[in-house]
Amino acid sequence: MAKDELMNYEKALEMFEVVIGLEVHVELNTKTKMFCGCRNEFGDEPNTNVCPICIALPGALPAVNRTAVESSISIGLALDCEIASNGRFARKNYFYPDLAKNFQTSQYDEPIAFEGALTVELPSGSVHNIQIERAHMEEDAGKLTHIGGSTGRIQGAEYSLVDYNRAGVPLVEIVTKPVYGAGAEAPELAAAYVRSIREIVKGLGVSDAKMERGNVRCDANVSLRPHGQEKLGTRTETKNVNSLRSIERAVRYEIQRQAALLAKGTAIIQETRHWHEDKGATSAGRPKSDADDYRYFPEPDLVPVQPSKELIESLRAKLPEKPADRRKRVQAEWGFADLEFRDVVNADLLDQIEETVRAGAKPQAARKWWTGELARIANSQDKDVTELEISGAHVAELTQLVDAGKLNDRLAREVLTYVLGGEGSPSEIVSARGLEVVSDDGALIAAIDAALAKQPDVLDAIREGRMQAAGAVIGAVMQAMKGSADAGRVRELLIEKANA
Amino acid sequence: MSELIRKNASELVELLGKGEISSVELTQAHLDRSMAVDHDVHSYLHQDASTALSAAADIDRRRAAGEKLHLLAGLPIAVKDNLTTTDAPTTSGSKILEGWVPPYDATVVKRIRAAGLPILGKTNLDEFAMGSSTEFSAFGPSRNPWDLTRIPGGSGGGSSSVVASFQAPVAIGSDTGGSIRFPASVTGTVGNKPTYGAVSRYGLIALASSLDQVGPVSRNVLDSALIQDLIAGHDPHDSTSLPESLGSMADAARKLDVKGMRIGVIKELMGEGFQPGVMNRFKESVNLLQQAGAEIVEVSCPNFEYAIAAYYLILPAEASSNLAKFDSVRFGLRVAPEGNPTIERVMAATREAGFGPEVKRRIILGTYALSSGSYEHFYGAALKVRTLIQRDFAAAFEKADVLISPTAPTTAFKIGEKLEDPLAMYLNDIATIPANLAGIPGMSVPNGLADEDGLPVGIQLLAPAREDARLYQVGAALEKMHEDIWGKRMIDFAPELEVRG
Ligand SMILES: [Zn+2]
Repeated sequence: MAKDELMNYEKALEMFEVVIGLEVHVELNTKTKMFCGCRNEFGDEPNTNVCPICIALPGALPAVNRTAVESSISIGLALDCEIASNGRFARKNYFYPDLAKNFQTSQYDEPIAFEGALTVELPSGSVHNIQIERAHMEEDAGKLTHIGGSTGRIQGAEYSLVDYNRAGVPLVEIVTKPVYGAGAEAPELAAAYVRSIREIVKGLGVSDAKMERGNVRCDANVSLRPHGQEKLGTRTETKNVNSLRSIERAVRYEIQRQAALLAKGTAIIQETRHWHEDKGATSAGRPKSDADDYRYFPEPDLVPVQPSKELIESLRAKLPEKPADRRKRVQAEWGFADLEFRDVVNADLLDQIEETVRAGAKPQAARKWWTGELARIANSQDKDVTELEISGAHVAELTQLVDAGKLNDRLAREVLTYVLGGEGSPSEIVSARGLEVVSDDGALIAAIDAALAKQPDVLDAIREGRMQAAGAVIGAVMQAMKGSADAGRVRELLIEKANA
Repeated sequence: MSELIRKNASELVELLGKGEISSVELTQAHLDRSMAVDHDVHSYLHQDASTALSAAADIDRRRAAGEKLHLLAGLPIAVKDNLTTTDAPTTSGSKILEGWVPPYDATVVKRIRAAGLPILGKTNLDEFAMGSSTEFSAFGPSRNPWDLTRIPGGSGGGSSSVVASFQAPVAIGSDTGGSIRFPASVTGTVGNKPTYGAVSRYGLIALASSLDQVGPVSRNVLDSALIQDLIAGHDPHDSTSLPESLGSMADAARKLDVKGMRIGVIKELMGEGFQPGVMNRFKESVNLLQQAGAEIVEVSCPNFEYAIAAYYLILPAEASSNLAKFDSVRFGLRVAPEGNPTIERVMAATREAGFGPEVKRRIILGTYALSSGSYEHFYGAALKVRTLIQRDFAAAFEKADVLISPTAPTTAFKIGEKLEDPLAMYLNDIATIPANLAGIPGMSVPNGLADEDGLPVGIQLLAPAREDARLYQVGAALEKMHEDIWGKRMIDFAPELEVRG
């Protein structure tokens, strides 16, 4: 991969205005696929959830999954879209081996939902109203694995395997209108927008919304134009960026890459680009032009979807709270300061903290664990904190053990690593490993006496008010007891002894 | 020839019901007939005596055990080879599917099996039903039992010739622009294209999804009615299938009464380009209907002029997309190209070797018609014509309950005669195509022999969507009048075929 020249980010923004556009694919969590009765299940043995319809055997015909239509309408309504009274499917024709029919059944000029908007708030506090062009239904393709060759791509592979389990899984594609005016915050806005979409589809219960599994996938369009220029610049479309952090990085990278090219007078090639998380860079994919000819035409095997007013209204009545409203509510409930709350939102931890608080943790304790130790661990493993294998209930249990004095901070952190290692719940680990804090005064006093024997001056120092002298004894006690001592209690006992 | 196989299906099911004949005996008689004549006629692409006979034996056993059976149980039937069957290869007349045994039965086939009709075999067709003569079958043409040097019509020439040569009492066909009706017309048999959506298309290998419809082929109108009643009905696997029942076609076929019915003669479907013998027989039938108490009116459908042009854009467009799945990846033929076997090159080599000339012609036409820049001029314009034709029909059906025309402009032509002239071939369907574009039902009923060549001609009856019953009512009444005049059935005029061991 050739190394791209990048322009300094601030300089790029001085020279150019950034315009972004986002296409988010949401995989619905319906029981069955979009057009057949096969299970919609991630991770099953390849080619076990297939039938004549989703592998396109001659003679097979599609039939629309009603639940998928309702989920799509709900997404449209949550994005304040109009719902089409006549939503027609179309065929998007192109040959590719992951596409069994060699056309994708999608929606073209009559999407189920159109003309919506979504309010997105950024960490800085700035608020953007993103215009939604459309949300339409379509089906996913199968999954190709390219064997042999160095890149894992189809070029150079010896052969390729196709798994059609994913073929025909229902998708909703949400497309924004061009987004202007985000300036330096364009990368953050892209990520914040996708975060909001995730919150919406998760709140609706229509998708598992796990980015790492591809339930929510984002294609980010980026173009630059000199400030004041009317005409939009040539855009690139960076495909399948599968974490919020990657979206932010990929958009920032494209801004810097395009700026460097434009500054040299080099034209941007309209193309798809691939994001490489490991290299932190995009690479050129397929050239893409507006003239790509998919020979769209109305799908003759399906009658148009015609949702009744009653259906639309009943789905509207079931919509959950909007992300912005929910944020206001939980911030008030939890009593977080603005800065604290912003960190939580920015780290995408609302769901986790809500779950932890619901399981019995105090909001501040929940916040500290998630944005502190857990975020640190995730970062060290190069993961999103939300990808850690730990439930809110476990974190809540941990905070309760600390509150009850059964664990000190150091032990609690140790227990946490065992929870993440899959050893069970915090209390199970505490008893299995015998990690409980020693707050038995007898054992502590014995350890204090032993430490004082080596540092006889300390008691005098404490009496004279020089409290920092206590630290040496507390440290010695902790060391002697291999960290399982309750440091607070050691300090209390030491003061009692001095004042006795 | 066993007299049994000359009987109408309605008589055969009565004999079966009374226990006077067994299904095994009846099935065997038809298999024997195929042994005797199909070497010449070539109606079948595939026959397997043992599966047919074991289905027949099963019905006989169940009947002997006193089980309540379907009215048609035990009646053997032939099925066009573009309907999937789990126990027989399904090729759609194409090399690209040679030997492919589907893992599922078409809904129509399921209904046939559930009712206990032994399937005699799979009948020949033009490749992917593209053609009017079966000459485009990758496995050789079928021949017209009235004259073996002539075509039996197409695409369903296998199904028309199979009933015309007494190899099956009834058969299943499919009709995209006349593939049931034109073969019926040139072989002296009956065929009905039901209302679009009346019969499930699930398991029918699609030609053009918005035009295709499965229907019955037989030697008389009542027999077709019995088969339509068997195969019609809603199917959740076909989202274009009608939710409601269209009623009993057999009841309609038994009315034998046209008094007070308004019958419209379509001005644009007569005269120039129509063989004199075809027109003479047509005019006689108009008189017969009038004498029987029908009111004859003339109707005009000015946009029919554009029907063939629109049809040859819509059909190839849909077909080009429907046939994209034949890519060697999951089923069917796979051809290794010379040199590096990339997926694109394997797909291309397979399609090059697997598709015949007419299929390639239509894929190219359709791909072009849908291309950006062409879409509005071609596909988009064709859709507008389709709407205009639907309006023509709507206006005509204000004046008439049933419309009539000759089914085809000519009698059967010679094999090879039109092979090099696609446009001449396409013109055979001038009278049948409008019904497919409008989704309405159309039937061809035997209408005597042309004076010039002594070959069968057909009369086409058309009714508004969902009014298939009117076709069976008028068709059966006209058939009865003909048989009263002729003293026998139309098919009984057909020459005896030479029997070979
Ligand atoms: Zn399936």
